[in-house]
Amino acid sequence: MESSRRRFIKMAGIAAVGLSAHPAIKAVAAAPEHGPQYTLKTGDQALQAKQWAMVIDTRRLKTDHDLEPLIEACHKTHNVPHFTEKNHEIKWIWETHFHNAFPGNTSNYMSEEVEHRPYLVLCNHCQNPPCVRACPTKATFKRDSDGVVMMDMHRCIGCRFCMAACPYGSRSFNFKDPLLGLNEKEINLTFPRRMKGVVEKCNFCVERLAVGQRPACVEASGGALLFGDLTDPDSEVRHALRENFTIRRKPSLGTEPCVYYIV
Amino acid sequence: MNDKKWIVLGLILFVGLFSFPFWFNVGKAAPAPEVVLTEQAKAAKECVMPTDFMKTEHMQLLDVWRLKVVRDGVSQFVNADGKEFDMSLSNTCLDCHSNKAEFCDRCHNYASVNPYCWDCHIDNPKGDK
Repeated sequence: MESSRRRFIKMAGIAAVGLSAHPAIKAVAAAPEHGPQYTLKTGDQALQAKQWAMVIDTRRLKTDHDLEPLIEACHKTHNVPHFTEKNHEIKWIWETHFHNAFPGNTSNYMSEEVEHRPYLVLCNHCQNPPCVRACPTKATFKRDSDGVVMMDMHRCIGCRFCMAACPYGSRSFNFKDPLLGLNEKEINLTFPRRMKGVVEKCNFCVERLAVGQRPACVEASGGALLFGDLTDPDSEVRHALRENFTIRRKPSLGTEPCVYYIV
Repeated sequence: MNDKKWIVLGLILFVGLFSFPFWFNVGKAAPAPEVVLTEQAKAAKECVMPTDFMKTEHMQLLDVWRLKVVRDGVSQFVNADGKEFDMSLSNTCLDCHSNKAEFCDRCHNYASVNPYCWDCHIDNPKGDK
């Protein structure tokens, strides 16, 4: 095609007309949206943090009797079923021995009192959670807003990769319908149950944090469990960490657990 | 060329059998379901969104709710009138619509949809059964 000055000016003119028509076309084309007219926001009372963490003062939890109400509070709040058969057990928070909780930290001739204390264990809400990397559907994920490692039961396909990946055994699989292990009368109606075939674990009580309450176990502990923002130097947990010697479970694995133990 | 009557007979039989479900069910269309509102729902007059929107879009809205609550930790819903709601199927929706059998199920059964919400979410948070 022959290019000439005349042709170039013609084309430029057409383009200018086209551009000038743009606002008019846009005004007509952008019909008022009939879409949803709503907004979403976080609750006014919601507790917020960059990374939630817990400090467990094991010196104050000496016997099974001290731990029982905490475990009970959690399992009642979250409709955690009770199965006596070991294979079907569902655990969010439970007690274990020192050598199970801290396998790398055992020593010879330890203080018997320390060694035989019951230790409260739960999901560590790791800063580098291996379960999250293992999940093929992103059903388990680390929440950006506050660092809680969460389960989206709607997405869990029950592959149990996360259970294999978690070095703390913090996850349980529902081999049975959890309703079978619940007392119908004691179900917390405001919190969902789970169904057969999904993995569950401690959720750091996100549903309570959202309405400004601290986790159920912390509230039931009478001060033996501390909860707060790990990134805030003035938080309860940071004070406790500064003033006490604390250990974490299997720190050598590099998962950066957020549950600390004062021993 | 003498098979004409067999072919016609076969065709009639085929068409008859093929269209069996249509003429068998003529005039037997199930009536559209009628949902029952609880007293509480009637008193509230309007749901979290206008009724027409809720009728056609409640599933999308619930999907947004579950995504936002579970994954983003956003828990409050503010509608066009500025009214605030807790985004919760059990605690907000089913608090008003506590008659799942007469409200949710009627339409769901009619449309032959089987949502798995109630496998986990309690269908009657107030427990009045």
